[in-house]
Amino acid sequence: MTGGLVSAIALRRRTLPGFGLTMGLTLSWLSVIILIPLAGLFLRSTELSFDQFWAILSSRRTLNALRVSFGLAFAAACVNLVMGSIIVWALVRYRFPGRRLFDAIVDVPFALPTAVAGVALSSLFAEKGWLGAPLAALGIKVAFTPLGIFVAMIFIGIPFVVRTVQPVLQDLDPEIEEAAGSLGASRWQTIIRVILPSLAPALLTGLALAFARAVGEYGSVIFIAGNLPNVSEIAPLLIVIRLSEFRYADATAIAVVMLVVSFVIIFAVNRLQRWAQDRIPVH
Amino acid sequence: MTIEVKNLVKKFGSFAALDGVDLKVNDGELLALLGPSGSGKTTLLRIIAGLDWPDAGEVSFNGEDALAQGARERHVGFVFQHYALFRHMSVFENVAFGLRVQPRAVRKDEATIRRRVKELLDLVQLDWLADRYPSQLSGGQRQRIALARALAIEPRILLLDEPFGALDAKVRKELRKWLRSLHNEIHVTSIFVTHDQEEALEVANRVVVMDKGRIEQVGSPDDVYETPATAFVHSFIGESIELPVQVDGGVVRLGDSPLQLAAEGLAPGASRLFVRRHDMVVGPAGSGAFEGAVQHVRNFGPVQRAEVTLSGGETIEIDAPRDRGLRAGDTVGLEPRRYRIFAG
Repeated sequence: MTGGLVSAIALRRRTLPGFGLTMGLTLSWLSVIILIPLAGLFLRSTELSFDQFWAILSSRRTLNALRVSFGLAFAAACVNLVMGSIIVWALVRYRFPGRRLFDAIVDVPFALPTAVAGVALSSLFAEKGWLGAPLAALGIKVAFTPLGIFVAMIFIGIPFVVRTVQPVLQDLDPEIEEAAGSLGASRWQTIIRVILPSLAPALLTGLALAFARAVGEYGSVIFIAGNLPNVSEIAPLLIVIRLSEFRYADATAIAVVMLVVSFVIIFAVNRLQRWAQDRIPVH
Repeated sequence: MTIEVKNLVKKFGSFAALDGVDLKVNDGELLALLGPSGSGKTTLLRIIAGLDWPDAGEVSFNGEDALAQGARERHVGFVFQHYALFRHMSVFENVAFGLRVQPRAVRKDEATIRRRVKELLDLVQLDWLADRYPSQLSGGQRQRIALARALAIEPRILLLDEPFGALDAKVRKELRKWLRSLHNEIHVTSIFVTHDQEEALEVANRVVVMDKGRIEQVGSPDDVYETPATAFVHSFIGESIELPVQVDGGVVRLGDSPLQLAAEGLAPGASRLFVRRHDMVVGPAGSGAFEGAVQHVRNFGPVQRAEVTLSGGETIEIDAPRDRGLRAGDTVGLEPRRYRIFAG
């Protein structure tokens, strides 16, 4: 059995050289960059007894911070999914003046330092800001409230949806829409029954990426959030606060929970995406 | 359902895809639109389907204006060259699509839809593939499913755009026969586009030959082969020998030498003489309108294909019966059994 395995690997090495080298590099690189820091994080949290760990997590402030982070990140990702799809549709399907410019603008949240984005957003939505003033007149307060966090998370997440869905929509054969139309489908039926199912895997990937980014976002959020404990304090900020108080174990406990929850959600979306992809085999 | 097209014009930029096309399609016939690529045949088909709109002209179905309706209202079955099946749906759901998207008021119940899809899959002889996905089918199977899907809406007209263009030669031949017999069975007015003359002549009741956005000839397969209306049709359909000639006072000249051929009342000037390869009758030297030296001979089953250099220097290819026994180096006389001369 072992002999068979060794010879199978040896055979693979002959047909496609470089397996040993690339596999070795891949494993060591992933270990140094990702796995060892994560292991360190878990180790640090084991300094706490389970009761201590539980006390930190179940404290009101921690729970609220996690709720704000995950809840708003998910809501922002959903908004990005809808608006991102519409933007992709316009960019791919129509030719209009300034299309290339708009296409480039989509990448701005990728490139902009998050602190710059945070400062810009908070001054824009502040009570005297260009958008903040008219909104305040309507009784809507954005800056220094959870709504501000939501806006910042939408801002940084949008390119993830657009850039994942764009190439897939570009490759979608316009003939399938013509086929649906000639079979009597309305435009709406064509979108719901033909186009969206074809885009589903890409949409789910975009959703997952936008969500992951929003959960981890720190720089742009803290400027606009107001950072009121229990109301507009995000989990990453709470971690930073605990660190500055030299409560390292507390910080790592929150970090571990964020890590686990993020992983579970990403894993679930990944499975969902694979399921959707299996239903649309590529030729 | 009859289709009438009047003076249709469609331009893409400065390129005229359709340049004044008139056509009448009879009820229940199977019509082929035949032409080289860029001749406008697909554009014509797409305008009839409602997938494209003309710049000028009329399209009517049974006398009523079709251009007032979109593709959705026209009730036209369209089959695409590359199938355009819905990848995320099973074969069954692909065929059922047209029935499921009907307005609620006329939509059939689930049992009726299932029965109808089953009938259609039986019709295209692929009922055993109902649960598969399009990616699991061969090209020929996909195209039959695409046809079943188009027939599901009980179309008034069936339009097929190069339906066998993406298939290999053997499958293409099978499907041709199959389409012919299917049409005999269901009798829906059908138009198919092809650039393959053999396909058009074998399958269609009538053939429309197109070139450069214009119709060159409309006729039965025999008509377009036996009595081509234009020089283009003669050279596009079947193998032809083409010689540049001069018509001058009722005399046809090739180079300097007059030929013993009637000028068919053509006006004086430069003309082109067309003869089918097998219509050149080989005789002894000195007989016939032409004389030439045989250069090469190749045998294809019952015929000999010979390359002959005429006394004027032109080289032509002729098909002689095998038992004629031509050999390289022979000097022969050639007499066209039938020929056509077109001005220009």
